[in-house]
Amino acid sequence: MVNLKKDNFIIAKKKFSSRLIVGTGKYKNMSQCAKAIKLSGAEIVTVAVRRVNISDRSKPILMDYIDPKKITYLPNTAGCFNSKEALRTLRLAREIGGWKLVKLEVLGDKKNLFPDMIETLKSTEILAKEGFKVMVYCNDDPLMAKRLENAGADAIMPLAAPIGSGLGIQNKINIQIIRKQTKLPLIIDAGLGQASDAAVAMELGCDGVLVNTAIAKAKKPFEMAQAFKNAVIAGRQSYRSGRIDKILMGNPSSPSKGII
Amino acid sequence: MKKIKKIKIRLNGNIKSIFVDYNLSDLINLHKIPLKKVAIELNGKIIDKKKISKIKLNNNDKIEIVHFIGGG
Repeated sequence: MVNLKKDNFIIAKKKFSSRLIVGTGKYKNMSQCAKAIKLSGAEIVTVAVRRVNISDRSKPILMDYIDPKKITYLPNTAGCFNSKEALRTLRLAREIGGWKLVKLEVLGDKKNLFPDMIETLKSTEILAKEGFKVMVYCNDDPLMAKRLENAGADAIMPLAAPIGSGLGIQNKINIQIIRKQTKLPLIIDAGLGQASDAAVAMELGCDGVLVNTAIAKAKKPFEMAQAFKNAVIAGRQSYRSGRIDKILMGNPSSPSKGII
Repeated sequence: MKKIKKIKIRLNGNIKSIFVDYNLSDLINLHKIPLKKVAIELNGKIIDKKKISKIKLNNNDKIEIVHFIGGG
């Protein structure tokens, strides 16, 4: 049996046991979000940096529902469309309480939400120099992934499909090429729609997956959170077990000797 | 009685009128902001939270106070 206990997930020298990272957006309310996270078993959650509501201080605060001492907050630059905005957001995130492990996401188009890789690369270089541990959302492009790695990224996070699309992994070959070329944590970020998509990502050799919409907007988010948890474990175990070769014709499972 | 002078600042995009002798710490306390859970930017520069009581506010200052919320 594959010993999953020894199979740690390490990002920027920090060990995690769950390979599922979940987003905290799009839930009906904070308590639903907190419960889904608990059921998913995730140890890392992405969070956004936004203005404090000055006029209504009674509004619930994320930190009251998800304890940053127990769950690793991964500040994300979602909603940033250039390097300047992304850098400003992450520098502020660091100031909130020393967060250095961050997720960089610089978008280039409001409709398809594809990343602007030129701005992303530029930001990665600057953030790495400033001492941030940068997990980088990127296109499923092996050349750009390599450049991000050279620029000092701590994790490569290619998309499966556009953010929130639920389409699943569209370019398995590219993901496999990126897997072969990098020893950095490879995490599928964005575009997954159902638990099996996460299993596929893990079977391709990814180190983890990041899911938000597929859980938060499922008809039953709590059940889907558990489904993703199980799919990530199953997919990882399957990957490490060494799959059989694909062949064109049939190969019987029962011995042909002794047929009556 | 002498009227205390007021200045105008922009806090998280909204114009606020505050007393002229206010520092950043007074403003945080006035709005009951949990300092440990936020980051503060004054005129585009990130402020060291330990020094807020020494930072006096001036007319037309732009202050941004941010925290973490749910996001993907």
